[in-house]
Amino acid sequence: MNNTSHHPLIILGSGPAGFSAAVYAARANLDPLLITGSVVGGQLTTTTEVDNWPGDIEGLQGPDLMQRMQKHAERFDTKIVTDHIKEVDLKNRPFSLFGESGKVYTCDALIISTGASAQYLGLESESAFMGRGVSACATCDGFFYKGKSVAVIGGGNTAVEEALYLSNIASEVTLIHRRDSLRSEKILQSKILEKSRTGNIKILWNTTLDEVLGDQMGVTGLRLQNTQTGKLSEVDVHGVFVAIGHKPNTDIFSGQLEMDNGYITVNSGSQGNATATSVPGVFAAGDVADQVYRQAITSAGSGCMAALDAEKFVDDID
Amino acid sequence: MSNNIVQVTDANFNEDVLNSDIPVLLDFSAEWCGPCKSMLPLLDELSKEYEGKVKICKMDIDKNPNTPARYGVRSVPSIIVFKEGNVAGTEIGSTTKTALNKLIHSSL
Repeated sequence: MNNTSHHPLIILGSGPAGFSAAVYAARANLDPLLITGSVVGGQLTTTTEVDNWPGDIEGLQGPDLMQRMQKHAERFDTKIVTDHIKEVDLKNRPFSLFGESGKVYTCDALIISTGASAQYLGLESESAFMGRGVSACATCDGFFYKGKSVAVIGGGNTAVEEALYLSNIASEVTLIHRRDSLRSEKILQSKILEKSRTGNIKILWNTTLDEVLGDQMGVTGLRLQNTQTGKLSEVDVHGVFVAIGHKPNTDIFSGQLEMDNGYITVNSGSQGNATATSVPGVFAAGDVADQVYRQAITSAGSGCMAALDAEKFVDDID
Repeated sequence: MSNNIVQVTDANFNEDVLNSDIPVLLDFSAEWCGPCKSMLPLLDELSKEYEGKVKICKMDIDKNPNTPARYGVRSVPSIIVFKEGNVAGTEIGSTTKTALNKLIHSSL
């Protein structure tokens, strides 16, 4: 069984929660193993400026922040492996994690910080054109649409941020939203409404995406539906950015941990052990257990809490 | 990063990729692309493990607009495996080493 390795503590995920947990756990001599998952660095690697990270007065780049966090974790000898866990067994301790690589990892305590991923609409045509005009990351793929027309689907922070970002690259940006008002922060709302009056952003209210249209080279347009009248229409675009929210990466834990709306339920409260899940020894931190705050700093904070909770757990079983 | 990773440009794409004696894994990436950066250590490892068997290459899409357009690349990172001048496999977005190993093996 040289495919199996045992570790006192395993941390799943490489976003702010995972790396913060790793720094604290390593300093507590828990000898943590961090398994990165398929997107090393997590959601912040697909952002640009992070302007609300305390202490970085001028703001910094999301990918840079994540590289710094990783280096920080490595400084305290956290073992980091790039693997993606596809199945877990949390019924018995030690817990078992089965990697895509064929490796099996066991641990006495587990911190889940697998975060969330961009949500797609689930249309067949959407997945057919994935990476060929359909994207969920404007900062990654906006480059390909210099001087071309694009659409953004959604009405929350991500959608508005992406539309604003793309408006500096694309010739025209059409924001397609199924409601008649935006859910995003007020400051973003005023920016985009201003730009829809004076700039190259157009907002289509009460409209949903019915079908992505395209040919062999990729997306050429969209078929839209008005939610009030049911009327169908078509718009020519070269790319469509889907920004309708995020979904927690919890599929592999379903049936084994208590969840709420797909997010892992944690203890919370002010009596300690706040990051404990329904299974003793399993802790959750970051976006995977947070459907409200979802900030880099709150994720990092809860990652720290999870490491402290795990430390106490490991001490008590010894 | 590593000396094993070959930097490919529009100018030498034919020579380095299409006319390569061994299969080529080409990573389309950009300086400003975060997920691309986090893929680098992985490509580095692959370039050592497949030395002499698969050529691991990178192309900066900022400086080389023609090749990405020719292959319909509209997302970074995008990875295409070429065998004897033809596309043998594609992987779009951040991915794991296991997935890339699979992509390489299914393309060989």
